[in-house]
Amino acid sequence: MSDIKIRAKLSGDETTVKCLMSHPMETGLRKDSKTGEKIPAHFIQEVVCKHKDQIVMTASWSGGVSKNPYLSFKFKGGAAGDPIEITWTDNKGESQSATENIA
Amino acid sequence: MIDAKRRTLLKGSITAGSVGVAIGAGLLTPQLVLAEWNESAFKAKDIPTALTDLLGGDSAETSDKIKIKAPDIAENGAVVPVTVETDLEGVTSIAIIASKNQTPLIAGFDLGESALPFVSTRIKMAETADVVAVVKAGGKLYQNAKSVKVTIGGCGG
Repeated sequence: MSDIKIRAKLSGDETTVKCLMSHPMETGLRKDSKTGEKIPAHFIQEVVCKHKDQIVMTASWSGGVSKNPYLSFKFKGGAAGDPIEITWTDNKGESQSATENIA
Repeated sequence: MIDAKRRTLLKGSITAGSVGVAIGAGLLTPQLVLAEWNESAFKAKDIPTALTDLLGGDSAETSDKIKIKAPDIAENGAVVPVTVETDLEGVTSIAIIASKNQTPLIAGFDLGESALPFVSTRIKMAETADVVAVVKAGGKLYQNAKSVKVTIGGCGG
């Protein structure tokens, strides 16, 4: 079960990958409106994007990326059916991964 | 987790821009190539410190070859779509900065050999400010900025 949605589309020799992750992305600066206490930081720090086990891109994020992050990137050399793997790791050490084939 | 030797190896391979080569040579399994999250850069409160920590320099030449796509007016600062694209050759990293956020550095992207210099994501902005994109290409830094007017800030509580 994974909460990462990936769509990878080939056009000419360029593959466009779009993905959506489910994550609260708390900066650690926000306060709970009822208690006035700070909500602890909880955000994705790193996203690794792989095409056939080769890293295409590594993203490093702060809590400044919006909740339920969207990420899109492009690369060359993909072919229909190739697997795209996206893995994120957050500041609590939690991690999630998903794979989708290029359409 | 913290293994001094591994860190040195990582740093070495990243500076040389040859992570892929390192994998090919069997030096590193893909799992180990995860660059360590750059805490000092992301916690920096000013842009020069963040850039120096992330990209190794803070003097970036302004270039109109960097195209930033972002709304002129963002009604909701919690979700501001930003796309950075460039015609520059040999791009290895792209960084996105919201100049007036408490911690301005939002995201850094390290591009592999096959990646095209294009990234798109959604960011939070505390107030009306410039969205700055810094691109590292051929070892040099280039930047461009776009002003985004924020009606409701997305970082407060």
